[in-house]
Amino acid sequence: MKLTNLKSLQLMANQVRQDIIGMLYHAGSGHPAGSLGMADIFTALYFNVLKHHPKKPLMKNRDRLILSNGHICPARYAAMSRAGYFPYKELKSLRKINSRLQGHPSRVDLPALELSTASLGQGLGVAVGMALAARLNKQHHTIYCVSSDGEHDEGSTWEAVNAANKYKLNNIINIIDRNNIQISGYTHKVWPLKSLKEKYQAFNWKVFEINGHNFRQIITTIKKAKTLNQPVCIIAYNTPGKGVSFMENRFEWHGKAPDKEKSVLALIELQRARKKLLKKK
Amino acid sequence: MVKKTKPLIIKEPRSTRDGYGQALLELGRNKNIVALSADLTESTRAHHFEKKYPSRFFQCGVAEQNMITMATGLALEGKVPFASSFGVFLPMRCLDQIRISVCYNQANVKLVATHCGLATGPDGATHQALEDVAALRAIPNLTIIEPCDYHQAIRATKAAAKLRGPVYLRLHRAKLPSLTTSQTKFQINKAQVLQKGTKLTIIGSGPILNEVSKAVEHLNFKPEIINCHTIKPLDKKTILKSVKKTKKALIIQDHQISGGLGSAVAELLSQTIPTKIKIIGVKDKFAESGSPEELLYKYKLDSHAILAGIRNLLK
Ligand SMILES: Cc1ncc(C[n+]2csc(CCOP(=O)(O)OP(=O)(O)O)c2C)c(N)n1
Ligand SMILES: [Mg+2]
Repeated sequence: MKLTNLKSLQLMANQVRQDIIGMLYHAGSGHPAGSLGMADIFTALYFNVLKHHPKKPLMKNRDRLILSNGHICPARYAAMSRAGYFPYKELKSLRKINSRLQGHPSRVDLPALELSTASLGQGLGVAVGMALAARLNKQHHTIYCVSSDGEHDEGSTWEAVNAANKYKLNNIINIIDRNNIQISGYTHKVWPLKSLKEKYQAFNWKVFEINGHNFRQIITTIKKAKTLNQPVCIIAYNTPGKGVSFMENRFEWHGKAPDKEKSVLALIELQRARKKLLKKK
Repeated sequence: MVKKTKPLIIKEPRSTRDGYGQALLELGRNKNIVALSADLTESTRAHHFEKKYPSRFFQCGVAEQNMITMATGLALEGKVPFASSFGVFLPMRCLDQIRISVCYNQANVKLVATHCGLATGPDGATHQALEDVAALRAIPNLTIIEPCDYHQAIRATKAAAKLRGPVYLRLHRAKLPSLTTSQTKFQINKAQVLQKGTKLTIIGSGPILNEVSKAVEHLNFKPEIINCHTIKPLDKKTILKSVKKTKKALIIQDHQISGGLGSAVAELLSQTIPTKIKIIGVKDKFAESGSPEELLYKYKLDSHAILAGIRNLLK
């Protein structure tokens, strides 16, 4: 299902956010802030940008999507389920025994995930490998990597950044969840990254900076990125916890599931936002 | 006269990582003690130390390899660094740094890994350290300790601080009943006989010994139970003395069967007094999300599996 108008994308992202709260509540653990903050981008990817087929998840010419910061997988699971990869009711099995929806992505359990991740700083390097393989195979799909600001602390991330430079890749797009938080606090306090833009530019990447909650920006930037002849980094300035006011911009919600009371509060707020959206023309 | 300092008590402690946090805080009175964390300060319980001694705490970001080399530098200049992360990232991500910078240099670095074992639970396979001991056991100069409960973790942390040389502390997330008390003696390299007995020696390390306690309640005899908290160097004397008497051994660890405590004991017994043994652990598999109880049951490390193992061994 492709969504093209703004309202339907926003409604879908709202649904994904409600799903995230429900999943984390049922699981009793997990990572809400990053997941909610990336709900719009995952909605844009699965409902507009990606070349993919939920019923043929491994079709040869699909775009590859790697989620390097695996802990925010609830956002991806919810978007995938709404896009038709598996039934919504399976979302409740997150983090439960015998589930395909592992606490962190497991490719063996759910092949459409492309890569098992969560040990931060590994996704981009794998994306580079996939991009090289596509070049060798003369395939024309795009390799998307979603990564986080926190994992740019890892040296391995920067090794991969330079690898894409060395091989002059033109089929790789790294979308960074620049939400300025990680586990122990705000990123500038924990491990100052300074300008990601200048760093990527120094390695010959084309850099775009976007508001990660603006669908028009997300979609047009990715369209543009695909026409370029160099590796592309999209720095998405996101609000962690987006849509749930008591979670927004609070690093304390990095990795704590909402209890019953907080989940109800969050769902009420999201449902209100949905009603408001429905009233819009 | 020694000036009495106010005891520093952390409320509601129970897991081995809580014991580490408590001991590190107490050790902080010594100005040479420093702590490092790779964006897992609270999860590894180093935050109590960070709060009390901020100038001796180093936040290293999500960059474990660099944390270990930094710790080495601190150690070579006389500090006693405690570097902590999850068992899947430390030692896994920085194994080379541990081998060369830390162990080859005999640097006085204390490596602290929490969230070890299946009992880590719902985060899933990516977060359950099941290969850490196997990865480390072959590296010379390293002492490996897995305390079984909160109290023992305190003792082990303090003993590690005293020992000159690299130490790996294998710790856990689950809050479980204590098998020892604050009075129980602890000595690195000296295994603790939890229960004297006959017919069979059960050797284990870590909180999984709780499952052993549950299992042996169903027996009509008392097996000998050894808490082998120091995995390297192994307390050969205590193990051999017991097995010479009982003639059979069951070894358990919340770890892959391959390369863990079971392998260490098997290496010893097969070359001294070949004995019929059974090793209980994860059977060469990545596990999955689930509650600790569900996982121990499904992967056959719980009291039922232990009981079945004992019966099989005595057949
Ligand atoms: C190699 C590695 N080290 C440590 C961790 C533990 N960890 C999980 S999430 C996280 C914080 C990373 O920051 P970020 O992805 O920006 O967090 P968010 O924005 O989602 O809060 C850490 C340190 C990990 N998953 N992998
Ligand atoms: Mg972040």
